[in-house]
Amino acid sequence: MKVLWLQGAGCGGCTQSLLCHEPGSLFAELRAAGIEFVWHPALAAASDRDAATLFEDCASGRHAFDVLCVEGAMLRGPNGSGRFQLMAGDGRPLAEWVERLAQRARWVFAIGSCSAWGGISAATPGNPLEACGLQYDEDTPGGLLGADFRSSGGLPVVNVAGCPTHPGWVVETLEKLALEGLTAADLDEFGRPLLYAGELVHHGCARNEYYEFKASARKHSDLGCLMENLGCKGTQAHADCNQRGWNGRGSCLKGGFACIACTEPGFEWPGHAFQRTYKVAGIPIGLPTDMPKAWFVALAALSKSATPKRVRDNAVEDHPVVRPPVRKAGK
Amino acid sequence: MTRIRLGPFNRVEGDLEVLLDVTGGSVRAARVNAPLFRGFEQLLAGRAPEDALTIVPRICGICSVAQSAAAAAALAAAAGVRPPRNGELARVLVQATENLADHLSHFYLFFMPDFAHAAYAGRSWHGDLATRFTALRGSAGDDLLPARARLLNVMGFLAGRWPHTLALQPGGSTRAVTAAERVRLRSLLREVRAFVEGVLLGDTLEGFAALATWPQLQAWAAGRRGDFPTFLGAAGDLGLERIGRAGDSFISFGAYDGLFPAGIRRPDGAVDAVDPAKITEDVRHAWLVDGEPLPPARGETRVLVDKEGAYTWCKAPRYAGEALETGALARQLVAGTPLPCDLVARHGASVTARVVARMVELATVLPAMDGWVRALVPGEPFCLPAPLPDEAEGAGLVEAARGSLGHWLRIERGRIAHYQIVAPTTWNFSPHDRRGRPGPLELALVGLPVGDGAPPLVQHVVRSFDPCMVCTVH
Repeated sequence: MKVLWLQGAGCGGCTQSLLCHEPGSLFAELRAAGIEFVWHPALAAASDRDAATLFEDCASGRHAFDVLCVEGAMLRGPNGSGRFQLMAGDGRPLAEWVERLAQRARWVFAIGSCSAWGGISAATPGNPLEACGLQYDEDTPGGLLGADFRSSGGLPVVNVAGCPTHPGWVVETLEKLALEGLTAADLDEFGRPLLYAGELVHHGCARNEYYEFKASARKHSDLGCLMENLGCKGTQAHADCNQRGWNGRGSCLKGGFACIACTEPGFEWPGHAFQRTYKVAGIPIGLPTDMPKAWFVALAALSKSATPKRVRDNAVEDHPVVRPPVRKAGK
Repeated sequence: MTRIRLGPFNRVEGDLEVLLDVTGGSVRAARVNAPLFRGFEQLLAGRAPEDALTIVPRICGICSVAQSAAAAAALAAAAGVRPPRNGELARVLVQATENLADHLSHFYLFFMPDFAHAAYAGRSWHGDLATRFTALRGSAGDDLLPARARLLNVMGFLAGRWPHTLALQPGGSTRAVTAAERVRLRSLLREVRAFVEGVLLGDTLEGFAALATWPQLQAWAAGRRGDFPTFLGAAGDLGLERIGRAGDSFISFGAYDGLFPAGIRRPDGAVDAVDPAKITEDVRHAWLVDGEPLPPARGETRVLVDKEGAYTWCKAPRYAGEALETGALARQLVAGTPLPCDLVARHGASVTARVVARMVELATVLPAMDGWVRALVPGEPFCLPAPLPDEAEGAGLVEAARGSLGHWLRIERGRIAHYQIVAPTTWNFSPHDRRGRPGPLELALVGLPVGDGAPPLVQHVVRSFDPCMVCTVH
C-alpha cells in the first residue's frame, strides 16, 4: 500500500510523534505490513525537482498511490488566495495540491486535529488564515474538500485526530486498511477510527480513585483528580490515551496536567482558560456526557462524604503521604 | 546569470524554498524563503496568560518543549517566581531529552541520507553509506528509531508525553518523580548511552569528548566503526570542513542552567555577554508591514502580501545590527569546548563543525542528565504556585536543539496583550535586512557549485543548520 504524505499548516508534531512508534522501528513495522511511503516531507529522499515531478505524476494519475495522508491545516487565506502556504519550488497553494491529489487517492487520511478540523491553526480570532480541515471547519462538515467528498475507496476523510496524534493511532489505522480493509463502520460520527476514538481518555486514567471520591487536585503537581479545578476533559474526550500510553507509559494525566480534549473539533477554543475548570454555581459545566447532571451532583456529594483519609490527603500532595493499609498477619 | 528556485526542500522541519542567483556554475547570491505563515503571535493576544503554555508548544512538533520552556520562563519572570530545585531539574531533563532526540533525528533522518545521493556514486564510501543511510530503507533508520523512542520515554515519565506537554509551568513541573522512577530513568539513559557509544560513535562518550583538535578527531575516526566516524570519512573526502561558512558570529542564550553559558562569540574568538536589549527584528524583505527594526518586546507582525522586494514570511533578527548564527555549534563555541573551537579556528564554521558540535553535545549532555536525575529529591516539591499579576512583562530566553529561542510577553488586564517570538531558524535563515546584509544561510551558500552534475553541497549546507521552518514562521 503506497502512502503519499504532505504537510499543510502545522507543527510537524504528528510526524515527530509517529516516529516514536514502539516497540521496534516504525520503518520496519510499516514495511512488514506492506506499507511504503511514496514520499514524506521529513523522511523521503526526493527533494526539489525530483519531488515536484513526483507530485505532478501523482496528481495526474501517472503515478498510482493508495493513501493521501495530510498533516496540518489547509490555509485558504488571505482572501481565498491560499498564499499563506505556497508549495516550495512551485508557487501554487498547498491546498490546491491537496485538492488535486485527493481526487486520485483511494483513501484520504487527516493526520492530526489541524488537518481534521483546522485545529490550533484556526484558533486566531476571526481566523484570518482561513484555516480549515480537509472535510471540517471545526465541528461543521465542509472544509477544503466539502461535506460530500468521498475518496475513490468510498470513504469520507478518515480523521486520525489528536494534537498530536498517537503513533499507534496512525500505524494501526494504516495497517487495518492495508490488511483487513476499512469501512464506515470502523469510524465514529466525526470520521475518527473507533480503534482509538471508541474510548474516553477517562478510561484507564490512573487518577480514577480520586475521581470516584471527587478528591480533587487544587494546584499543579497535586495527585488528585484534575476535573474539578484544573480543566480536565478526560470524561468527554474520545481517545484511548490512558490505555495505550504515550512515550512508554505516559499520558497527559500521568504527566500531571489536564486533558484538553485535543482529539475533539474546536478544542483550541474552550471558552475558558485551558487549565481551569469553568463552573456555574460551583458545578463544572463539562460533566460526563452520558450521565444525568442531578445524579452526578448527588453521587459526588455522597462520594465526597465517603472519601478515605488516604485519598483525601494524597489528592493535594505531589507524592503519596498516606499508604494503603496493609492487612495484619493472621487476620 | 541564471536564477534557480530550489524546492520543495524536504528533510527539514517545515516548508523551505531557496532562491539562487548563479553565475558560471556557482552561487553568487542566495535568498531564503519560508513560504508558510502561521500567525501564533496574533493567536496568543487576548488569551489568558497561562494559555500560552497550551498554545506555544504547538508552534513546533520538534522544538515543542523548548517553546514550552520559553513560555514558562517568560511567565515566571512576569510572576516573579522561581521554581523549586526539583522543578528546575525536571525542566532541564525534559529540555535535554528533546534536544538530544532532535540531534539524533537530524543526523540519521534529515542529514545523512544526502550522502546516499547518486551524484556520489563514484566515491569509495558511497556504497557503504547508501546501504546504511538511504532514506526510509537504509539499515540505520531501523537502529535509530527504537533508540530515539527509548530516549523519548524519559518524556513519558517527566512530561506525560512528547510532543506537546503541559508539564512545564512557571512554578516548576506538574510531574513529581518517585524514587522508583528515578531508578528507571537512569536505566533508560544507560540504554541511550549504549546506542550512542556502540552505534553512533564507536567509542565511549568520555573517549570522544576528550578529543580536542581537528587532527585528533581525524586520527580517532580513521578505521573506526560507527556512523559518526563513517560520516567524518566522507566529509573529509568532500572537504566539508571548508564548506558552509557564514559570518562566524554566534549567539547562545545558554542551556541547562549553566552547563553551557550564554554569550555572543565574535569572529576573533572573544565572547561577550548577551544583552537582549540589542536584539531587533527587521522586516524589509518579509511580507509584513515595514517599519524601523523593533526590539521583540515592542515588535509587530502585520501581514502585507503584496509588498515590493519581499520574498519570505521570516523576519530578520539582528544583534546590534548584525546577523548571528545559532545552534549547537554556537553553544559549544560560546562554552569554549576545545574541539569545535579548534575546527572553527582553522576553517571557520562549516558543515562538519556543525555536525561535530551536535555529537559533542550528545557526549556531554547524556552524562549530565544522569547527574540531574540523581539530584532529584522525591518528596521535595516540584512545583510552586505562580499567581500571575494583571499587569506584567516577561521574557523567556532558552536554547532549542537548533539554537536560541526567545519569547517576550506583556500582560494587560489579566490577558496577553502582546507576544513576540524569535526562533533559532529565524536567526539562521533570516532574509536580507534593510541595509542589505544577508542572513547566515544566505551567506553560507555563496560560492557553492550548482547545476547538473554538481554534488549536493547546497543540500548539506542547508541541512547542517538543522532548520526548523515551522518555528521560523510562528
